[in-house]
Amino acid sequence: TMSGRVIVGVKRVIDYAVKVILFCCCNRPIYVLIFYPVVTHLTLCLLANVSQLTPGDCCTRETIRTALAMGADRGIHVEVTGKDYETLGPLQISKILAALAKKEDAQLVILGKQAIDDDCNQTGQMTAALLDWPQGTFASEVTLEGDKIKVVREIDGGLETIKINTPAVVTADLRLNTPRYATLPNIMKAKKKKIASMKPADLGVDLTSRLEVLSVEEPPQRQAGVKVETVADLVAKLKELGRI
Amino acid sequence: MAAIRPLTRIARLCSSVCRNYYLISNRISQRRGIASCIDPALGLTDEQKEFQKVAFDFAANEMAPHMAEWDQKEIFPVETMRKAAQLGFGGIYVQPDVGGSGLSRLDTSVIFEALSTGCVSTTAYISIHNMCAWMIDTFGSKENREKFCPDLCSMKTFASYCLTEPGSGSDAASLLTSAQRKGDHYILNGSKAFISGGGDTDIYVVMCRTGGRGPKGISCLVVEKGTPGLSFGKKEKKVGWNSQPTRAVIFEDCAVPVNNRLGEEGQGFNIAMKGLNGGRINTASCFLGAAHASVQLARDHLLVRKQFGETLSNSQFLQFKLAEMATRLVASRLLVREAATALQENRPDAVSLCSMAKLFATDECFNICNQALQMHGGYGYLKDYAVQQFVRDRVHQILEGTNEVMRMIISRDLLTES
Repeated sequence: TMSGRVIVGVKRVIDYAVKVILFCCCNRPIYVLIFYPVVTHLTLCLLANVSQLTPGDCCTRETIRTALAMGADRGIHVEVTGKDYETLGPLQISKILAALAKKEDAQLVILGKQAIDDDCNQTGQMTAALLDWPQGTFASEVTLEGDKIKVVREIDGGLETIKINTPAVVTADLRLNTPRYATLPNIMKAKKKKIASMKPADLGVDLTSRLEVLSVEEPPQRQAGVKVETVADLVAKLKELGRI
Repeated sequence: MAAIRPLTRIARLCSSVCRNYYLISNRISQRRGIASCIDPALGLTDEQKEFQKVAFDFAANEMAPHMAEWDQKEIFPVETMRKAAQLGFGGIYVQPDVGGSGLSRLDTSVIFEALSTGCVSTTAYISIHNMCAWMIDTFGSKENREKFCPDLCSMKTFASYCLTEPGSGSDAASLLTSAQRKGDHYILNGSKAFISGGGDTDIYVVMCRTGGRGPKGISCLVVEKGTPGLSFGKKEKKVGWNSQPTRAVIFEDCAVPVNNRLGEEGQGFNIAMKGLNGGRINTASCFLGAAHASVQLARDHLLVRKQFGETLSNSQFLQFKLAEMATRLVASRLLVREAATALQENRPDAVSLCSMAKLFATDECFNICNQALQMHGGYGYLKDYAVQQFVRDRVHQILEGTNEVMRMIISRDLLTES
């Protein structure tokens, strides 16, 4: 076993089983089911997967409590509000995580590979870059070997095994493990575990967004196809449309 | 008749194509928050919601996929129950110093209601096991508590509650199993009927007669499997509750140490009834879970099934029927939870309220499950669909005191001059 602190990131996202309904009002889509992706962090002695929770509950601390009930030792809630919250993206989050990792003197940062809401697959990699730490992303198997970590990564070509030094960042793929159940005694103990609150300013992090959203549009309606009789017709039609 | 044959053939083809879709969508879904007015999380504390979440997750992942198989093959799912015990479900309201989780009756009700959505029969057995563990925890000597409770809470050993006999069901106090004192042992003779878990469990909490007639002559003994003179009848073939074996428990000159007695001589009936107060809340809670799952299944079916050119959910009659089912479900749940709180607080109305809750909730929930089956039409009658199992598991109206006995208890409370 390894001694030292492990920071695990938890993101509150939409339930994968929920049906999202899109309404269009004044050309701007409004998602009916709203989720609150406020970033929360925990320290944990054992590996855990990224939580996915149902929408509708407004309390982020509940997310942290669930993770505490599953075995985390401490919770950290970094509160982001207002405009900063609206423009929060992987870059800002990785800055926060990097600052926390330094502050907590962590040996390992474990994050999810790709969140179901924004599908970015960036936070882990950016955090590692900011810390100048090695990264083991898309991990489906993680083994501690002395002060190194062996990571089996699921990549397009198959499985890649790498060995990285600690401290390191690992992002979890689906097959890394099956999340454990919280036990009743652990749920009760979780009440007594501490959740520290802090602001990004406390960590010296600048949350200004480098992105400006210009517009959000529905993709164009799929046009009906056109049937043609012969190949000559097809070539003529394509020329007409300027495709060839 | 002949004209119908090609039609039924087409119908069967269509149904087999649709069946896979139905089977997938007919798995009791985890979408507990979506139909909000019947959401069982409403009104609970954050901590209770956590307990409920664990129970729902466990039910959906570990129990629901096997519910039909356990029923059809009559499997007593020991490994799954031990997994549940690891989460603390083996002795939910047993004190922590002997391995229990030390939670309240209301927490327990919430947990069993959630677990039942995965399998009513197995959850009901777990609740009986919990009741026995509590009886030993509360009325046992220090040695008995330390000897029996830790293994019961971890489900290393399983327990059965033995009160009913072939000749005494509702008239429980007239039981005949005798326990004659001989030195430092009681010699038991007699038999118990309809014992849940009988033959497969390790610990038997037995109500037997050490004294004269009536309730005051009854004591409570803990009998361990393997004791000479303890044997079992054949496994009963039941309509439902098939994931737990039911057998007669037979005592023939069975010697049980006096030290295994819970409480004093003559206190047995009292202990049995106190156990049953909680047991009735648990039984009602189990059936609440079944009704909740049935309402969700019916709702999903109404949204999918089309007849006369539109989904069934457009029929006002079915809309109204579903609303009535939902209303009665919530009313039952509130009564059960209130009874749990009353029992926890030792209120004077606790016993009557537990009886009312068991009576009302089990009757209403049976109607809800039955109605949900009806709404499924012919499909509801097939064993591929979960709703029929919820209907068949309806023994909650009968055991732990029939609903008729519940009426006896309530009317006695009303008509007694105090």
